[in-house]
Amino acid sequence: MATAVAGGAPRRQRLKQSTRNTINGILFASPWLLGLTVFWIYPTIASAYYSFTSFNAVQTPKWVGLQNYIQLFTDDSDFWAAVYNTFYFAGVSIPLAVIFAFALAMMLNAKVKGQVVYRTIYFLPTLVPEVALAFVWIYLFTPGSGLINVPFSWFGIYRMCWLTCPEMARQTLVLLALWIIGQQVVLYLAGLQDVPQDLYDAADVDGAGFLRKFWNVTVPMMTPVIFFHVVTSVIGAFQFFAIPYIMTGGTGFPANSTLFYSIYLYKQAFQYFNMGYASALAWLLFLVTLVITLVIFRTSRLWVFYAGGEQS
Amino acid sequence: MAVETQQTSLRIAAPRVGLNKKRIKGVVRSILIHSALIPFALIFMLPFLWMLSTSLKSDIQLFIYPPILVPIPAAWENYPTAVIYIDFFLYLRNTLIIACSATIGAVISCSLVSYSLARIPWPGRNALFILTVATLMLPFQVTLIPLFLVFKGLGWVGDFRPLIIPHFFGGALYIFLLRQFFMTIPMELSEAAHMDGASEFRIYWAIILPLAKPALATVAIFEFIARWRDYLGPLIYLNDQNLYTLSLGIYEYRSQYGAEWGLLMAASVLITLPIVLLFFFLQKTFVQGITLTGIKG
Repeated sequence: MATAVAGGAPRRQRLKQSTRNTINGILFASPWLLGLTVFWIYPTIASAYYSFTSFNAVQTPKWVGLQNYIQLFTDDSDFWAAVYNTFYFAGVSIPLAVIFAFALAMMLNAKVKGQVVYRTIYFLPTLVPEVALAFVWIYLFTPGSGLINVPFSWFGIYRMCWLTCPEMARQTLVLLALWIIGQQVVLYLAGLQDVPQDLYDAADVDGAGFLRKFWNVTVPMMTPVIFFHVVTSVIGAFQFFAIPYIMTGGTGFPANSTLFYSIYLYKQAFQYFNMGYASALAWLLFLVTLVITLVIFRTSRLWVFYAGGEQS
Repeated sequence: MAVETQQTSLRIAAPRVGLNKKRIKGVVRSILIHSALIPFALIFMLPFLWMLSTSLKSDIQLFIYPPILVPIPAAWENYPTAVIYIDFFLYLRNTLIIACSATIGAVISCSLVSYSLARIPWPGRNALFILTVATLMLPFQVTLIPLFLVFKGLGWVGDFRPLIIPHFFGGALYIFLLRQFFMTIPMELSEAAHMDGASEFRIYWAIILPLAKPALATVAIFEFIARWRDYLGPLIYLNDQNLYTLSLGIYEYRSQYGAEWGLLMAASVLITLPIVLLFFFLQKTFVQGITLTGIKG
């Protein structure tokens, strides 16, 4: 910007320009400066403070030190159920989602007719309001009378309990999560379309077959997208709330097998009004997601390939 | 001579055979791919079809097992009945008030902030950008309780204000998306306008915003759909049934009157359809938005 001013131009004017830029910059950013402070920074600090208090949202918070955290770890079986369920969900559904979304995108990228139609169909479930999604799912998966039992009955299997027994409820929710991977399919497809054709041409010249091209060209070029998908899904898995909440009424039925971390937190905060305890839950969640994300970022040097070579 | 021509003709013939083989290979391949894609498409469609089919079933048809896909005669009356019983238009009005206001707020505030981050060089803008992206990593649970207490202190809990007003103060995802877009607009445009003495706001309003229409549309659609689908926000902040949104209203209907699947599915179709239609008309905008926020992260 400054170079546009001719060499002899008075320095005062240049200074003026930069002050004007600062004023304008802050003015234009002011809604967010305010929003960031009021809706993000203050609440984050406040919830750290509340996590060390006993607080029911009516009386003033009472400082209790680490008691909330100690209670969580030593004397709360529901907490451990929620942790287990959430890790189970994340651990099973994320790898499956990566594989499925990648595979669907690969097939779509094979320049078949109707690519747009397929993409639309795969994407649609992500648009459905969670209430509608949960309702259809409950209805489809009703043991005995739900449509999903029909193909199983052909093989003489009649006793699938789906969401009503602790052994299958978690798996059923993992299945449901696989049904809403449309956004990732779109992302992978966009990523695949960005892989330079010359790389494949060069591999062809070297006589590489499909599998070799897949492992040595496609996969490395797609690692940034996989990386993005994994990081966002880890955060997403810990925030899995509306669907299990609607399906079970927030009870974690059956036998706490669908009690996810954010449901437990919601119950502590807005049903039992243990705001201090719930804040401890929230901060713990924050720290755990932070650590996991950092670990993924660290290890990304080992497996994420950046074509530009900015990071090695 | 003769040998030579023979050679050239051979050379021409060889690729032709290859092409034929290639074509056959291509046909086989596309059949294989379609035969993998179609079952998946059916699985992805199934819940929609089932929603639609159930919404047209009478009570008797609901209990037939194995279930029928096409109910004859179709119980169209489920729709008017559902609309009346669930108080659909009241909830629709509430949802539209929240979704439209929040969308206007998000588009205005986020475009201003991204303009500052992308087009005005000022010290601290990089720090602000990093902070902005950092909030994307912050689980919503961390801010949930203090925010609730703030709104409670303000006396806003129980009405629409906590669901609308925060959106007038920007949001990280949309700021990020718009910033990426604004950066692709050549700086020379702004510089030329500066030379002509245009103010920063005028450049934003008259040059950048018109050029950024596709990105603004993406933000508007994303925000509208997010608010339309939102369940947790209304669940926490609304307690008067007259102010419920569609999601909350339909959920409450089920917990009060039990599983009347015909009516519930009719209502589900009614709250899903507007979004699906929006998507069909604006598909390009959608895909652009997803890839813009995804790849460059």
